Amino acid sequence: MKKQRFEFFVGLFMALGILSLAILSIRIARNEFSHSGGYEVQAVFTNGNGIRAGSPILIAGVEVGRVKQIALKDYEAQIVLMIQPGVVLQKDAIASIKTKGLIGEKYIEITPGGGEPIAPNGVIRDTEPAMDFEAIISKFVQGNVSKPAQ
Amino acid sequence: MNALIAMGTWCVDGLSRLGKCAVFFLRTLACCVTPPLKFDRVIKQIWFIGWKSMPVICLTAVFTGMVLALQGHPTLRRVGSEAFLGPLIALSLIRELGPVLAALMVTGRAGSSITAQIGIMRINDQIDALELMGLNPFRYLVVPNLIAFVFAMPLLSAIFDVVAIFGGYLLGVRVLGLNSGAYFGEMNNYVVLHDIATGVYKSMCFGALIASVCCYKGFHSRYGAEGVSSATTRAVVDASVLVLVWDYLLTSLIS
Repeated sequence: MKKQRFEFFVGLFMALGILSLAILSIRIARNEFSHSGGYEVQAVFTNGNGIRAGSPILIAGVEVGRVKQIALKDYEAQIVLMIQPGVVLQKDAIASIKTKGLIGEKYIEITPGGGEPIAPNGVIRDTEPAMDFEAIISKFVQGNVSKPAQ
Repeated sequence: MNALIAMGTWCVDGLSRLGKCAVFFLRTLACCVTPPLKFDRVIKQIWFIGWKSMPVICLTAVFTGMVLALQGHPTLRRVGSEAFLGPLIALSLIRELGPVLAALMVTGRAGSSITAQIGIMRINDQIDALELMGLNPFRYLVVPNLIAFVFAMPLLSAIFDVVAIFGGYLLGVRVLGLNSGAYFGEMNNYVVLHDIATGVYKSMCFGALIASVCCYKGFHSRYGAEGVSSATTRAVVDASVLVLVWDYLLTSLIS
């Protein structure tokens, strides 16, 4: 009986430990398994600054996918978007790189269009690159901001 | 002249002690991979090291999480990014604090008592008696501890992480009034599986480290009550220092 009690508590300890590992890797960590389904769409940005594989893709603030990979093509950033199945993107949708808050992480916001849907592996033509805050600030500092006509 | 002799002696002594540790560890490893394995001893040591460390691990974890939230919140609020409290707590726990603090607590609780137990067996000649009976003392005393530590440490540090994240949730969300969706939701964006794997590797290494240091010190304890007490103290101090040094080395190697 005494020996069985040992084994009971060892089993309980193992179960709790494995449960904790499962909580950590499923609830706490970014879940890499559930985003594997879906279809790919490409988008080419003149500036992909701050986007990494795994950055979220949002429509109206709702996550619809993740960035799968990012590569340089013709001196532009070619980004492969993994879109969840069931989310339909139109050919005239606009993909823009935005920032959560001023210093938060970068994500891709998609503004839906009204045309025909994009086939898998299609290309989003309208893109807006990441806003370059330094360029904007330096414009202000150097006084190149165009003033409204008086 | 005397200074040179002293330095040389010190060097040779240190090297031979290091060599003894290495031989001890390799002998243990050799006994680990060759049958027979004393399986019921392994189970008993997992019970002793793992299950009986749970209360102290949970207690320290809750307070670690709460103090992280308490320290992180005012600093993050100053730059208006309280939403990063969750990732701050989760990442620092999963990568560093969980494995290291769990290892330190287990060293103090289980490591010291293993050293004392083996040390007393040594000074009572029980280890020699085991050898006379044809039992390999490594198989009977050291290997079960090593395997149990390597098994139990990752689980303990995972429990530490979860309980501490819950402690941070208690303080951050329930007391400081953070949004609970932001606390858990932002974690998903920053914690990746690689971080968790890093924590598991680290705590396995720490387990092997603590087990070998504590068993070695017990095995080579000097005679008398004083010998055992000094071996226990040395074991705890050495294991804790080595855990911190090894943590730095591992972190710089992995990342």
